[in-house]
Amino acid sequence: MNVSLILIILLIGAFATYFVGDKLASKVALFFSLAALGCSVVLLNHFCAGEDISVINAWITQPKISFALNADGLAIAMLLLTVALTPIIIFSSFGNEYKNAKSFYALILFMAFAMTGTFLAADGLLYYIFWELALIPIYFIALIWGNGDAEERRKAVVKFFIYTLAGSLFMLVAFIYLYQKAGSFLIEDLYKVNLSAGEQLWIFLAFFLAYAIKIPIIPFHTWQANVYQKAPTVGTMLLSGIMLKMGLYSVIRWQLPIAPLAAKEYMHIFIALGVAGVIYGSIVALRQKDLKKLLAYSSLAHVGLIAAATYTLTVDGLRGAVLQMIAHGFVVVGLFYAAEIIYRRYETRNISEMGGIRTQSPKFTSMFLILVLASVALPGTFNFVGEFTVLYSLSQINICFAILGGTTIILGAYYMLKMFQGVMLGETNSKTFADVTVNEGISLVVIIAVLIFFGFYPKPITDLITPSLETILNVINKN
Amino acid sequence: MNTLIAITGLGIFCLLFEILNLRKAIVPITILGLLGVLAINFSEFGSTESYYNNMITVSKFSTAFSSLFIILTIFLVALSHNFYENHPTKISDFVAIKIFLLAGGVAMVSFGNLAMFFLGIEILSIALYVLAASERLNLKSNEAGMKYFLMGSFASGIILFGICLIYGAMGSFDVVEISESSLSAELPIWFPIGMVLMVIGMLFKVAAVPFHFWAPDVYEGSPALTTALMSTLAKVVAIATLYKLISALNLIPSLENQDLLPTFETIVVIISIASMTVGNIMALRQVNVKRMLAFSGISHAGFMLMTLLTIATSAGVLLYYTAAYALAGIAAFSVILYVCKNQDNEDITNFHGLGKTNPLLAAILTGSLLSMAGIPIFSGFFAKLFLFNQTIESGYIALVIVAVINSIISVGYYFKLILAMYSKEPNQERTGKPFLIYAVAIVSMVLNIVLGLFPSLVLDLLN
Repeated sequence: MNVSLILIILLIGAFATYFVGDKLASKVALFFSLAALGCSVVLLNHFCAGEDISVINAWITQPKISFALNADGLAIAMLLLTVALTPIIIFSSFGNEYKNAKSFYALILFMAFAMTGTFLAADGLLYYIFWELALIPIYFIALIWGNGDAEERRKAVVKFFIYTLAGSLFMLVAFIYLYQKAGSFLIEDLYKVNLSAGEQLWIFLAFFLAYAIKIPIIPFHTWQANVYQKAPTVGTMLLSGIMLKMGLYSVIRWQLPIAPLAAKEYMHIFIALGVAGVIYGSIVALRQKDLKKLLAYSSLAHVGLIAAATYTLTVDGLRGAVLQMIAHGFVVVGLFYAAEIIYRRYETRNISEMGGIRTQSPKFTSMFLILVLASVALPGTFNFVGEFTVLYSLSQINICFAILGGTTIILGAYYMLKMFQGVMLGETNSKTFADVTVNEGISLVVIIAVLIFFGFYPKPITDLITPSLETILNVINKN
Repeated sequence: MNTLIAITGLGIFCLLFEILNLRKAIVPITILGLLGVLAINFSEFGSTESYYNNMITVSKFSTAFSSLFIILTIFLVALSHNFYENHPTKISDFVAIKIFLLAGGVAMVSFGNLAMFFLGIEILSIALYVLAASERLNLKSNEAGMKYFLMGSFASGIILFGICLIYGAMGSFDVVEISESSLSAELPIWFPIGMVLMVIGMLFKVAAVPFHFWAPDVYEGSPALTTALMSTLAKVVAIATLYKLISALNLIPSLENQDLLPTFETIVVIISIASMTVGNIMALRQVNVKRMLAFSGISHAGFMLMTLLTIATSAGVLLYYTAAYALAGIAAFSVILYVCKNQDNEDITNFHGLGKTNPLLAAILTGSLLSMAGIPIFSGFFAKLFLFNQTIESGYIALVIVAVINSIISVGYYFKLILAMYSKEPNQERTGKPFLIYAVAIVSMVLNIVLGLFPSLVLDLLN
């Protein structure tokens, strides 16, 4: 039993979903995503029992490319994030009617397949292929099932596609260059390559372009808010919940260990860019009138902080970053889902047209409040664990970074609570707000349960990821 | 050799169909015939022989490329059935011309003598002139044929002049003899001049910048099926021949002896960059799909020319690239033929809403465009990957970066078509599911993906 099983389940699921037709598509997709989740849990047990669940097979002889999937703690943590969020995301769409549902759900599963592959791949080229493959489904999801004016949506989506493709093509060049040096695309061979400081800088920058666009780090973020707003909520959840973690994960897995000298030399610049993203994202979020855009910018602020933490090159920084990635993945999916729930009832995303929901639906209000508080890292939530570790690691580098990064909590609390006030409190809205349905409730409760459980007891995840992070740090510090 | 004879025989046989009044059966029988030819060609693979005083030499290179040409011709003949529905009386002529064209192509990659090389070029070109002008009541088609004929015969003249100069320098038309004496230290200046003229003529056939001006007009004016043929088969034949010409005549070592190699390499780099960039930037502005694909073909020619820089080792890469490009082209054109049948132009507006009215064909066109843009898992991605790998290996990293930037630009126009299919409302109803068009589109797409999943199948053929 090995990790390729998950990929096979998701891929077969995508085809099965397409062929069962529109009526059953959503249920079949949910079934396969749950099956993938179940298998992942089983695999996790095997892994914890010390079994080797990695795969390596020769694929192309010349140039030497192998089908290699590596499952260490870090990869498994990201795998679990993906397969846990996918069923939630699919389930959250049950209240909506989609035209051509079979393609829609098939694309979601296909995207989950590609993202899982990205997290698991241990061969540079295989990783690149999965990385690019993940782009195609989200392009069509956002283009065909998105909302708003078609012309504007097209512009936003095409910009997104060209940006990300442009970034990743430079990464491809870097990989080919590394291949010339190493004679193989396998990650452990790439770790061993000896590069001069100058070469490392170029490679580092080529990778950075790809990841900075995907994460996004300023000044490469301009595609983000528009796409988040225009994409259907499912697409936004996939993008913000999982896909941007691909970028952050890749920084830890590929960029830092392959070009450690450059990472050390220019550490401050990249941390500063991340922290700048925190402040910029928070300030812009303050002024947003559109709920989805506000969440998009808040997401920009949070990932800026995570990116800054990864570039600290300390074990705390990396650990905090991974914890915060997982926490952010859950909370952002929850928040976008809450926005969707409101949209289903009010058919608006404009904060000023909402309000007074508290009196009509206290249950929803309390769930929303928990998500908001988790997002601003209230102690007792998973995000607090992540954010605290991240800020601690920043303070080890330079206390100024920690202070500036810490504004995320203050500013975050300000704009999130202001938003909460505008959306939930205030006078009773003339429009009626039907209470959350059972389906909607289940998704939110699951997310909240995860956030609170790991908020009090993050040890399982920490134990899972720390050994592999230490291995990566050893590679970074070897020269 | 047997391949060439069989193809010629098949072509004559096709002409006889007209007399025997068997027009209805021509497409299936020709396809069967071509499959037989393909089998003959496979059986020759691996042997190295020369025939008729070295007029024709069969090598791995020539058989591998001949197989690709034959497969492409099978697709093109299959598409003929639907395309010439309205001209039932002429179909056997058109099919026969395509088979003769294939014979020219096969002769071009297996020549052992410059006379044979020129003969091959002329057989191919004349067939193309006729096909370009084959819609004789259409003014545009006439214009395309005339333009192509004038420009093409001019290029043929230049090639012929080059051959003469080489004969003057070497005293022989025989490739082996020329390549042996080209390594001597003292060479008459006529030899490099003759080579330059021949290369220019071939670059014209490939449609590389600055010899590309004919391509957009001719592609646009010609009947769509002829455009498909030009942008896939004819382009692949031309680039393979250019490659063979340079490698068989030992041009690279000979230039190295005379310290001209850096000049040659600079010229190839410049032409390659110019083709990619001009092709891509012009393609961005096109509204006619055939014209857009003409410019896209120019930019792909630029990519393929990069193989000339690493000529000793890149035959496999060139074969893979040409196969990936041509298969994507065939799939794209089969959809274009379906969509633009009975339309008076091939503008992008015809494709509006195809994603809704015909999801299968829209998906195939999307796949082939993604392949041309170089998105994985399609073979176009691997073609670019192997090409870049080869080129970086020999140290041309700047060229690869320009190529990468061009790949990004190309996404702009490929996606224009994809967007039109998926984000616009359909403006016309299309009925009928022509079997052969569907079959060609599906088979070529499947082959494309298979090549992507198992690149070693093709890549290792020529090692």
